[in-house]
Amino acid sequence: MNLIVCLKQILDPDIPGRDFKVDPISKEAVRGAANLVTNIFCENALETALQFKEKNGTGKITAICYAPESGEDTLRKALAMRADEGVQVLNDGLAHPDPLMVARTLAAAIRKIGTFDVVMVGRESGDWGVGQTGGLLAEELGVPYVGFVDHIETSGSGVKLKRQTDAGFEIVEASTPLVISITNDEHNVPRVPKTRDVMMSFRQSLTKWTLSDLGVSASESYYEVAELGIPVKESSCELVTGETLEERVSQLAEKILAVKRAL
Amino acid sequence: MSVVICLFAKNGFDRAGQGVAGAGRRLADELGAKLQAIIIGAADAAMIDAVKTVADGVTIAAQSELSDYQSELYLSAAAQICQSLAPKAVLLSNDTYSQEIAARLAHRLGGSAAGDVTSIALHDGNVRARRSVYGGKAEAVIELKRSPAVLWIRARAFDPAPARESVADVNQAALTLGDARTRIVERKSEAITEARLEDAQIIISGGRGLGGPEPFEDLKALAALVGAQVAASRAACDSGWCPPTWQVGQTGKKVAPQLYLAIAIHGASQHLAGMSDSKIVAAINIDKDAPIFKHCKFGIVEDYRKVVPLLKEKLAAAQA
Repeated sequence: MNLIVCLKQILDPDIPGRDFKVDPISKEAVRGAANLVTNIFCENALETALQFKEKNGTGKITAICYAPESGEDTLRKALAMRADEGVQVLNDGLAHPDPLMVARTLAAAIRKIGTFDVVMVGRESGDWGVGQTGGLLAEELGVPYVGFVDHIETSGSGVKLKRQTDAGFEIVEASTPLVISITNDEHNVPRVPKTRDVMMSFRQSLTKWTLSDLGVSASESYYEVAELGIPVKESSCELVTGETLEERVSQLAEKILAVKRAL
Repeated sequence: MSVVICLFAKNGFDRAGQGVAGAGRRLADELGAKLQAIIIGAADAAMIDAVKTVADGVTIAAQSELSDYQSELYLSAAAQICQSLAPKAVLLSNDTYSQEIAARLAHRLGGSAAGDVTSIALHDGNVRARRSVYGGKAEAVIELKRSPAVLWIRARAFDPAPARESVADVNQAALTLGDARTRIVERKSEAITEARLEDAQIIISGGRGLGGPEPFEDLKALAALVGAQVAASRAACDSGWCPPTWQVGQTGKKVAPQLYLAIAIHGASQHLAGMSDSKIVAAINIDKDAPIFKHCKFGIVEDYRKVVPLLKEKLAAAQA
């Protein structure tokens, strides 16, 4: 099976809140000293693809990253995790890539790559958290879409997917080609690349395409960010006091029971 | 012009559906538009009667292929009905199924979508949606440039719509739906006996600091004493200590209980984004500098292993 995994590079979401700032004019987060990292759900997607390939013994995994030049780091890491090929689509420094524009660009890159069976994306990103790439990409490619998948296996001529729902999970049988979004699960925690594979990844060549190589141009706007700000919401915490632990826990219990009585 | 709300018969007219209807009614009034409800699946009489009193029109797609959710068929049904209603906006809840079809629905209608919306406004005739971004560290207002604006909203945080005196007409839609292409062959619910986390009044939640699955048994015992539901942080779920359906956070459940007791949860913004609508937050944490305390009304700085057994005793004594 040919698997294509779309990877997004984002500002490290684990930077502490006190270091996080936004630029109200450009309506973007200020990068500051923060690293750029691969979005975690995209890494969950790559891990799911790698396990699928290992189990089946065959298949090819192509990683795509739509980003500025810095996206190369995300692709090198994907290769170090043992993706077979990396394709970088340079976004010409566009800020705020609009969700539909992202989907159109990825769809054009996927068509240029050629045949595919399953396209995998992360369920959402740790920066804007839009959560639409999978659905819009499926529409652009004219194929079905299944969201929140955490496991994939072959089934007849198609695939069998396990996906998470509000209440539990569902098993979905689907024909290929299709697009799926991947969510996190205890089984798809991204692997740490071996040192040797990291070295090897720098010897592999990457395919680099520009938007004009793909025949994609900016279209009408899907949406715009009108405002971006940091909400001020801090309350002062009353820490329970007392000579002994027992006294303090008594106070804690009393406060909990007060809420319960007021229900 | 209309505002459409898209409901699924299987959910009944639950609190989420009521929130969607409330948001839809207020937006429709502001636009001077009709509120049109779509119900997909064979709705029972109670649901139809309730929706009839809040919407101006109701369209039901109840054919047998739609008895259970199948993404391609539900999407096709919603798109076809919306096309006949010329909506300015289409509102859905933030359940799994709504999230799965919303962006595709926008694409098929030539509109644009935004998700996890906490409030909706109009600006120069365009729909604007507020949502939390950067894992809850920031908030953005998104202006949707194409029509309709398809929004999936944090439905339970929106007030319901008032019932009206007039009762809407109900139409049955007959649709040609095409091929399903994907088929849900098995549905499994975890913890079917428990109430939904989203509806819980008290939540006791455990995090990475618990160190393993066993302490969740103690949390369950605590929860039983005060009628609470147990939840967890992403770190605990990813470690396999508890099912993913327990996860609260930006990418898990969005909860709004009266009391959220965070035990051994550090308070990453990713987690805070899922529980910031809680009325009162309390914490048990060994680290006095843990960010969770910045969001707490009360708390205790102590090793949970010392606190939980004592707390269990006190709560049990109060119950007796």
